[in-house]
Amino acid sequence: MSALIETQDLTRHYPSGEGVVAALEGLDLEIGPGEFVAAMGPSGSGKSTFLNLIGCLDQPTRGRYRLAGEDVAALPPDRVAALRGEQIGFVFQSFNLLPRSDALANVEMPMLYRGLPRRIRRERAAIALERVGLGQRMHHTPSQLSGGQQQRVAIARALVNGPGLLLADEPTGALDSRTGLEIMALFQALNRAGVAILCVTHDADVAAFASRTLRFRDGKMIEDSRYQPVDAEAMLRQKFQ
Amino acid sequence: MAEALLAALGALAANKLRAALTALGIFIGVAAVIVTVAVGAGARQQVLAQIQSLGANLLVVWGANVRLGGVSMGAGQRPNLSWDDAQEIPRQIAAVQVAAGTSRQQQQVVAGNQNWSTTVVATDPDYFVAHDWTTQEGRFFTNEEAMSGRKLVLLGATVVENLFGDEDPVGREIRIRSTPFEVIGVLGRKGQNPMGQDQDDVVIMPFWTARRSVMGAPRAFARAVGTISVKVHEGESMSDVEEELRQFFRQRHRVAANEPDTVSIRNLSEIAATRDASARTLSLLLAAVAAVSLLVGGIGVMNIMLVSVTERTREIGLRLAVGARRRDILRQFLLEAVLLALLGGAVGVIVGIGLAHTLAGVAGWPVLIQWDAVALAVTVSALTGLFFGYYPARRAARLDPITALRHE
Ligand SMILES: Nc1ncnc2c1ncn2[C@@H]1O[C@H](COP(=O)(O)OP(=O)(O)OP(=O)(O)O)[C@@H](O)[C@H]1O
Ligand SMILES: [Mg+2]
Repeated sequence: MSALIETQDLTRHYPSGEGVVAALEGLDLEIGPGEFVAAMGPSGSGKSTFLNLIGCLDQPTRGRYRLAGEDVAALPPDRVAALRGEQIGFVFQSFNLLPRSDALANVEMPMLYRGLPRRIRRERAAIALERVGLGQRMHHTPSQLSGGQQQRVAIARALVNGPGLLLADEPTGALDSRTGLEIMALFQALNRAGVAILCVTHDADVAAFASRTLRFRDGKMIEDSRYQPVDAEAMLRQKFQ
Repeated sequence: MAEALLAALGALAANKLRAALTALGIFIGVAAVIVTVAVGAGARQQVLAQIQSLGANLLVVWGANVRLGGVSMGAGQRPNLSWDDAQEIPRQIAAVQVAAGTSRQQQQVVAGNQNWSTTVVATDPDYFVAHDWTTQEGRFFTNEEAMSGRKLVLLGATVVENLFGDEDPVGREIRIRSTPFEVIGVLGRKGQNPMGQDQDDVVIMPFWTARRSVMGAPRAFARAVGTISVKVHEGESMSDVEEELRQFFRQRHRVAANEPDTVSIRNLSEIAATRDASARTLSLLLAAVAAVSLLVGGIGVMNIMLVSVTERTREIGLRLAVGARRRDILRQFLLEAVLLALLGGAVGVIVGIGLAHTLAGVAGWPVLIQWDAVALAVTVSALTGLFFGYYPARRAARLDPITALRHE
C-alpha cells in the first residue's frame, strides 16, 4: 500500500539577519493513510513549518513532497488550491473562524470554492456540524460559542469536503483539559473512520492518543516512535463521571 | 454569483459608515454628472424650441438703416426694401422656399371696452410658412384675401388674453384706428424669443389691407416693407443663400463694388445657437468637475479597499487554506469595490435626479433628465470601482497563505 505522505530531504530555510534559519532540515518521512501521528518538540523546533509544508500552504526550500503520490511542487497553482480544499483539512490553534458568519456559514465556506450549489452546501455543513456534536448551535456566531465549540466548528469546516488528511496545529492549546480531551476523542473517532491525522502538540498527554509520535528539535526529526494509543473516550468517562 | 453579491454586501455592511464615506466621492461625481447633463440638455432644448419658434431655416433681410429690434429709420433716409423684392427673391434664388415682405408698427387695438397696445404685422400668407406659425383657432388668410385687401386679422395668444380673456375671439371684431377687422384665427403659442420678447403679443393682417387702413404711407413708399423673411429649403446651405441674397440686393440697389451693403441679413437661429454653444461650454466645465470628483471617489475606493485587505489578511489566508484559488480572492475583493462604487453611483442617481427637479422647480431652470447620461454615469461608477479596486484585489490575491494566516 502506497504512502499518503512521502517526503525526501524536505527542508525549509528562512532568511534571518545575515544568515538563514533552518526551520526544517532534511526530513525523510512516510505516513500511511489512516494513521494518527503526533508531532512534538520544543518551541521553535519546526513543527508548524513541517505542518504548513504538508498542508501545501508553504513551499520547501529543498527536497520533495508527495501527497497521495503527486509531487506537489510540480502542480499548477489551481491544482494545489484544489488539494488544499479537497484532500486536506486544516485546524488551527486560534480556530480562525469568520467572526460575522454563523457556524453553518463558516462550515460552508470551503465548499464555495468547489462550486457546489447552496442547497447541497447547507446540507453537508449541517451534517458536518452534527458529526462534531454542534447540531443545536448551527446559527450561533463564533462570539456566541465557547472555545471548545469554536474548535468543533473549525473541525467541522476541515472535514466538510471529506479530506483524507486532517492537519491540526495545537488544536487543544487554547482549550481546558476536559474540552481538549473531547476534541481528541473526536479525532480518534474520525481516525477510526479512515481519516489520517497529523497533530502538532506540546503536550505528551495529547500525543498519547496518537499511535505514532515524531519528535523535532532544531528543525530535525530526532525520534519516530509507534505505540498503542490511549482511548480518549474511555479516559473521558473515567475522569469526568 | 447572487451569493457572492450578498457576501460582498455583508462585508460592506460590516463597516457601514466607512462604506458610506467612501461612496460619497462617487456619489457626488455621479450626481454632478446627472445634474449638469440635465441642466445642459434643458438649456439646449429651450434654445432649440426658441429656434423652432423663430422659424427654422429662416433669414431676415433688414434695410441697412433699420436696427435689429429697433424701429427708427434715420432722418432723411428712405426705406430701401419693397414688396416687389420679396416677390422677386424666390424667382431668382432657387434654394429659397418663400419670401414675405413685412411691415410692423406699434398700434392700439380695441375690442369692446378693452384695449391693448401691440405690434401689428402687415404681411402676406408666406409669412406664416417662413416663421412656422400655426393656428390654435380659426385659420390663416389666403393669398386672394390678402391681395383684395379684406379686413381680416389673426391674433397672438397674448393679445387674445388681454382683449378677450377666456372667450373665443374667432368671428369677433376688433378696431385699429377705428377701422373694424374680423378676427379669423388665433395663432399657436410661441413664447419668448431669445431676446426675451413675447412673440405672442402680435396682430397679423394682410399687407395691402394695412397700407390702406392702418399704415398709410406716402405714395412713393406705398410698396416699402421693413423686413423680408426668407425661408430656405430644408437641406440647403444657409450661408450660401445669405451670400446670394447679398448679391441680389447689391445688384438691385446698384451698389458699386467699393460701397457697403445696403441691407443686412440675419440668421436668427444662429444667434440662438450661440447661446446653445455657451450652455454647452458650461456643461463641459461641470462635466470636468464631475470627472475629477469621480477620480477622487475612485482613489477613495482604492484606499478603503487597501485598508480592508490589510484588515482581513487572516481571512484571506484562511480562505486560501481551505481551497480558494487566487482568482476567487481577486473576484471577491473586486466585487466589493464595484459594489461600493455602484452604491455611491445609485445614490448619486437618485440625488442627482432629485436635485435636477429641485432646480427646475425652485430656480426655474429648464432641466431635462438624460437617461443615457444616467446609464453612462452608473456604468462609469462601476468601472471606477473596477479600475481602482483592481490593485487592492490583486494585492489580496497575491498574499502568501501562511504569511496571511500569521498576520495579526
Ligand atoms: N516566517 C518566518 N520567517 C523567519 N523565520 C521563521 C518564520 N517562520 C518560522 N520561522 C523560524 O523557524 C523556526 C521554526 O518555527 P516553527 O513555527 O516551525 O516552530 P514551532 O515548532 O511551530 O514552534 P511553536 O511550538 O512555538 O509553535 C523558528 O526558529 C522560527 O523563528
Ligand atoms: Mg508552531
